[in-house]
Amino acid sequence: MMVSGWGRFPEHLSQVTAPRTPEDIVQGLSAGGIVARGNGRAYGDSAVALRRTLSMRNFNHILSFDPDSGVLEAEAGVLLGDIITAFLPRGWFPAVTPGTKFVTLGGMIAADVHGKNHHKDGSFGNFINWIELLDAQGTLQRCGPDQNPALFAWTVGGMGLTGVILRASIRLRPVQSAWIRQTTRPLPDLAATMAAFEKADAATYSVAWIDCLSGGKNLGRSLVMLGEHAGPDALTDDKARYPFETPVKRKLGVPFDPPQGLLNSLSVRAFNALYYWNGSRKAGTSLVDWDSYFYPLDAILGWNKIYGRKGFMQFQCVLPLEQSYEGLRALLLATSRAGAGSFLAVLKRFGHQESAFSFPMLGYTLALDFPVTPRTLRLMKELDEIALAHGGRFYLAKDSRMDADTLRRSDVRTEGFAQMRSAQGLRPRFASQQSERLGI
Amino acid sequence: MSKNTVLVLGASSDIGLAVAHRFASQGHAIQLAGRDVGALEVKQKDIALRYNVPVSVHAFDALEIATHDAFLDALPVLPDIAVCAVGLMGKQVENEQDMAAATTVMRSNYEGPACVLGLLANRFDARGSGKIVGISSVAGLRGRATNYVYGSAKAGFTAFLSGLRNRMASRGVHVMTVLPGFVATRMTEGMDLPAKLTAQPEEVAKAIDLGLRKQRNVLYVRPVWQLIMLIITMIPERIFKGMKI
Repeated sequence: MMVSGWGRFPEHLSQVTAPRTPEDIVQGLSAGGIVARGNGRAYGDSAVALRRTLSMRNFNHILSFDPDSGVLEAEAGVLLGDIITAFLPRGWFPAVTPGTKFVTLGGMIAADVHGKNHHKDGSFGNFINWIELLDAQGTLQRCGPDQNPALFAWTVGGMGLTGVILRASIRLRPVQSAWIRQTTRPLPDLAATMAAFEKADAATYSVAWIDCLSGGKNLGRSLVMLGEHAGPDALTDDKARYPFETPVKRKLGVPFDPPQGLLNSLSVRAFNALYYWNGSRKAGTSLVDWDSYFYPLDAILGWNKIYGRKGFMQFQCVLPLEQSYEGLRALLLATSRAGAGSFLAVLKRFGHQESAFSFPMLGYTLALDFPVTPRTLRLMKELDEIALAHGGRFYLAKDSRMDADTLRRSDVRTEGFAQMRSAQGLRPRFASQQSERLGI
Repeated sequence: MSKNTVLVLGASSDIGLAVAHRFASQGHAIQLAGRDVGALEVKQKDIALRYNVPVSVHAFDALEIATHDAFLDALPVLPDIAVCAVGLMGKQVENEQDMAAATTVMRSNYEGPACVLGLLANRFDARGSGKIVGISSVAGLRGRATNYVYGSAKAGFTAFLSGLRNRMASRGVHVMTVLPGFVATRMTEGMDLPAKLTAQPEEVAKAIDLGLRKQRNVLYVRPVWQLIMLIITMIPERIFKGMKI
């Protein structure tokens, strides 16, 4: 069948099977060209196998939970949203969460996802006790920071290319409520936005929505949103009585593919202006429930359809701290000049991170999304070059179209990753459309 | 709603498991019954951790009819709701040649489920309350060349449930027959099923939950199946026998 990622671009022909036991997986290994797929939230072709895509949906059991330490053991196909539903009422929340709760544990490990607290807590990999995976020979391997650390380092952020992740043990964080105390600050331009990030180093969560269509003196105007888990004293009496209960929200859906032109530069420009205006109006501190704070887009099921049938792409890079201002300025200028405005543009300050092949590093990360058109494909190439010129690198969980040469130029670790894959016989056995395209 | 105890027979099946999740998510206690106790213990832990409800596991083999009484007696409490998701499709071609295989299909879909639900009904009758859900099949509404061994057993089970409902109607015990149509489960894996006619196991579980609240007697999960089966059962036999359907 035709398989694609969340961006619905590109589509590839791939066989899809849904094994039920580790033995089922081992039996199919010899075919080669295999990669595991969680809930299909990687934007491009990371979880589309060269030959056979392994849907991990049947590996969805929570195995154990220690209510004293917050240590959770679960199978790779368990959804983050299910973890929150089960354990938030008991006072535990994911230590690191990406912008959607519809991801699986295995997918979060493979992409070494980051959240709004990266500057303080680092990536998801920092909260893993161990991972169990099937290697190229079908042998079960357990690895962690203290056990088989090399395999652990390559697996966290290894895009599922070191084997099939079956189970993991992770640490959740204790929280006192399901509410976030959010502070929103409108900032007039890029320099002010970055200064606000630097000043907000102590905040647990920080992120900025950035208006990527405004040029001139408004270039980089943003809403910076800071957040803290609310304690009982921050809650009103009615909320403090049931601190883990939040109102049930209606889910909206996108029932069909709108015409391609719906999100054109005018409508996106209008949306961006309105969003900024609305955010400025509501600037200040407010209490927001966890779902609205961390996962605003999850409330619109199937929002990936709003870009129309041809799908969309996301561009996400990280630039080193000292080159961030110049680099971000150049990226935003190119985007606003192209008028190919991104519906959602997100800027985030990363903290320090050493890793074998993970995306985050000290600096600023910018994420932009675009409908797939010949024009935006050209723009993406231009953005690649700007990021490269400023020492940036790219998030593979978002990538759907980069070429092998760009990856190698962006990241000196690429060669080592590819060599490790060849040396351990992982290369022909585990392969996604992305790993083939990127030559890793 | 007060919290009940829900017994799921054939709990390893995809539909049985979805039913267990559905009722557990509403805070009901769950009894998982099936042959593979080891596999059920993984499900037990998962469901208990997710929903913070008591979940127990009970060894149960639908084909070992002599053990059914003891199985029911050994349950820690007599459940309020029992859902039977036991079933076996087998392969029609094999069932035509190998009578041992055919008998297993017949017994798995009719004898076993009917016997255990009959014994359960007696206990519900004595207590004066209880709800029984039998998952049968639209395949039981008319025998077709492609799966009549399975279909005939389901036909027997459907008739059994109908009679049991009739008997229990005045006794405070409700019996609901579920005709799911196509469902995306292990049983149908690899079959090329039309998406519009195929339900997910979670959809079947939801329909069962809502159906019980409305005291439905015969429940089609997707309404379109009622229409399809109405047409199929109305085709005259002399035409039907020549059809490939």
